[in-house]
Amino acid sequence: MNTLTSDNNNNDQQEQLKEFLSFILGDEHYALDIMSVKEIRGYETVTKIANAPPFIKGVINLRGDIVPIVDLRLKFEVGKAVYDEFTIVIMLNVNNRIVGIVVDGVSDVIKLKSDEIRPPPEFGVAFDSKFLLGLAPINDEMIILVNIERLISSDELGLYENKTTNSQE
Amino acid sequence: MAIDMQQFHGVFFEESQEHLEEMEQLLMELDLEDPDYEQLNSIFRAAHSIKGGSGIFGLDALTGLTHVMENLLDLARNGAMQLNVALVDKLLATVDMLKVILNCYRNEQEIDWKSIEKEITALNQFLGNDKNTEADDGFGFFEEVSPTAEEEAFGFFETEDKEKTKSEIEDDGFGFFEAIAPSDNPNNSSATPAAPPQKTPSKKKSEQYNHKSSKKAKAPPTNDTVRATIRVDTNKVDSLVNLVGEIVITQSMLTMIGSDFESIQEDKLQNAIAELERNTREIQEAVMSIRMLPMSFVFNRFPRVVRDLSSKLGKKVELIIDGGNTEIDKGLIEKLVDPLTHLIRNSIDHGIEQPEARIASGKSEIGKVTLVASQRGGNILISIIDDGNGLNREKILEKAKEKGINISDDISNQQVWDLIFAAGFSTATVVTDVSGRGVGMDVVKRNIESIGGQIEIESTPGQGSSFNIRLPLTLAIVDGMCVSVGDQVYVVPLINIIESIQPEFEQIKYLTNERLLWVRDQYWPILNLHQLMEISNANDDPTSAILILIESSKKRFALLVDALVGQQQVVIKNLEHHYRRIAGVAGATIMGDGSVALILDVESLSNQITTNIQEIEANHEYSNV
Repeated sequence: MNTLTSDNNNNDQQEQLKEFLSFILGDEHYALDIMSVKEIRGYETVTKIANAPPFIKGVINLRGDIVPIVDLRLKFEVGKAVYDEFTIVIMLNVNNRIVGIVVDGVSDVIKLKSDEIRPPPEFGVAFDSKFLLGLAPINDEMIILVNIERLISSDELGLYENKTTNSQE
Repeated sequence: MAIDMQQFHGVFFEESQEHLEEMEQLLMELDLEDPDYEQLNSIFRAAHSIKGGSGIFGLDALTGLTHVMENLLDLARNGAMQLNVALVDKLLATVDMLKVILNCYRNEQEIDWKSIEKEITALNQFLGNDKNTEADDGFGFFEEVSPTAEEEAFGFFETEDKEKTKSEIEDDGFGFFEAIAPSDNPNNSSATPAAPPQKTPSKKKSEQYNHKSSKKAKAPPTNDTVRATIRVDTNKVDSLVNLVGEIVITQSMLTMIGSDFESIQEDKLQNAIAELERNTREIQEAVMSIRMLPMSFVFNRFPRVVRDLSSKLGKKVELIIDGGNTEIDKGLIEKLVDPLTHLIRNSIDHGIEQPEARIASGKSEIGKVTLVASQRGGNILISIIDDGNGLNREKILEKAKEKGINISDDISNQQVWDLIFAAGFSTATVVTDVSGRGVGMDVVKRNIESIGGQIEIESTPGQGSSFNIRLPLTLAIVDGMCVSVGDQVYVVPLINIIESIQPEFEQIKYLTNERLLWVRDQYWPILNLHQLMEISNANDDPTSAILILIESSKKRFALLVDALVGQQQVVIKNLEHHYRRIAGVAGATIMGDGSVALILDVESLSNQITTNIQEIEANHEYSNV
């Protein structure tokens, strides 16, 4: 990782770099646009919500805001959804709405040039390719770049009532 | 620098808007025979402030118009000019135009200079009329005749009764000129007011009704709204409300920690915490009251609506306003304006009959529309009552069938009335610009429901209808009972709770596997909260748990919970801000330990048992037979 970062620093002047926060779900490496990250917290007890899909764990109090918590491991069916002192919640701010996503761990901030991002293949697994920005090979690992904005506001996640709330705002 | 100017612009626009509203209101209140000097003075000052401000910012359209207005008002307040209906109408029309201009400037749109010129000319007509500047007057008179006539015809006749014959209208126009003609006469100041009433007695009369009603309605609130106020951005108030909510939470955390404390200082600590609790509660109440505004903020615009609309439709309507002092959350008030306006227009257009029809059916010629607001417990009730013809059951049913709505003929009146809330529903036979397009009632209902309210209709054929709106007092705070179910805590609004009991085994009855509670000589359906909220490790046996007897606006039921935790005032947090609406949940709040508890929405919970209750009631009757 270190070598990679320094490599990228050398290229800084030539091309604009985009920064991603990489995280782990099960054995897979993912990353999302760091600009949408609000903060990183430990997992805490949530208040359950009735009639919600299992990957929506509930809501928590984030300094006075009632914020939903989504477990991406359950959503993408990767890894085991265990909750211990090492479980991490990434608080995201997407379209002025805050949502927390539960992940197994946060690894690093990576900088990528656009030509380092490979287009995603059409793979019909749990992960719909419309939620992908692309794939990036880094240190023998494949990093899956998630289009977090689209994912969070998607009907599939069902976090927001798209029709009504949009018209109100 | 440019940014600074922008800032001042904003303040100016806002202030001018307020001045215009004030002018409108005062003009409506003016007693034509014996105008109050102070009122005239206030109108003058308002016009003057707008003129001054617009002059600074170079908003010439405003300056020009307000300047002439100011001249007129100056004469009027000095008693040099007698007020009359035509003049007040003209001034009101000018206020309307100023509003349009203001909006144009605000939105940086094109200004319609032509109509402003016309308006100024029309105003000058009045002015010239009274100034007695002979030579000028004669000249200006002829030149200005045509635009004035046009302008008057536009602003004047349209508001006239449509049934009025053409000759009458011409007569009216003529009367106007006649009033001007004797301007050479030095005594004209007294002659002018005399002319219009003679020419248009019926109009004058109806104006007076409106004036009378508006005065009756407005006088008390105006006196109450004293000017000792400051302008504060609502965002600042909202963030204050939020912060106080946080303090309340921190305070209850302290209380919890304090109760574990053991030392010599314990007493002192407890006292200090108790003091803090009292103070925070008071701060909270004070801050919450900032958000509250009297209903008169909305109500005050309606005399004008009634005045314009009734004269347009040729109906005689008296508006009675009651309870303008009832306070309601600011956020609610803003969203009430449109639905209420629509309902009032609706009452005048559909409800109140033409004067002839009213006399024929033995009613007073003047229709009555009553607007009442009152506080009932945790709710605000607003009613729009008219003494018109009432809703027509047959017409509505006919229309519903026409629209392809599948209904039987013997549904209850209440269900028939509810049909008019369906989209695209209007029984008005002729589409006017007032109503009949069928967009409206469904929007009214939706708007009211979006702020947590309900609307109901009562109607008696031939005697009138009443639209009743029930709204929550505030969106921000609720007195709640915290209850536990499994490992979760929920808040039940205290206003809905009748009592909480732990029933004896004999009190639990079974009806097709549904449990009923027998208490107070009634069978209460039991709603299992743990089932609704999908909680697995909860107590399902009512005799060892708690049943809360709950009354919603329509139904009564018993809610099964594990235990009562305690009574508490909670700050309602919006779930939809970061998440979505949850069935049966009104919002969320933050408890003393920082965790989130959901606040139950009793009304929507009771809807979930609608079918069950009806079955039970039906079966119950059966067993009695």
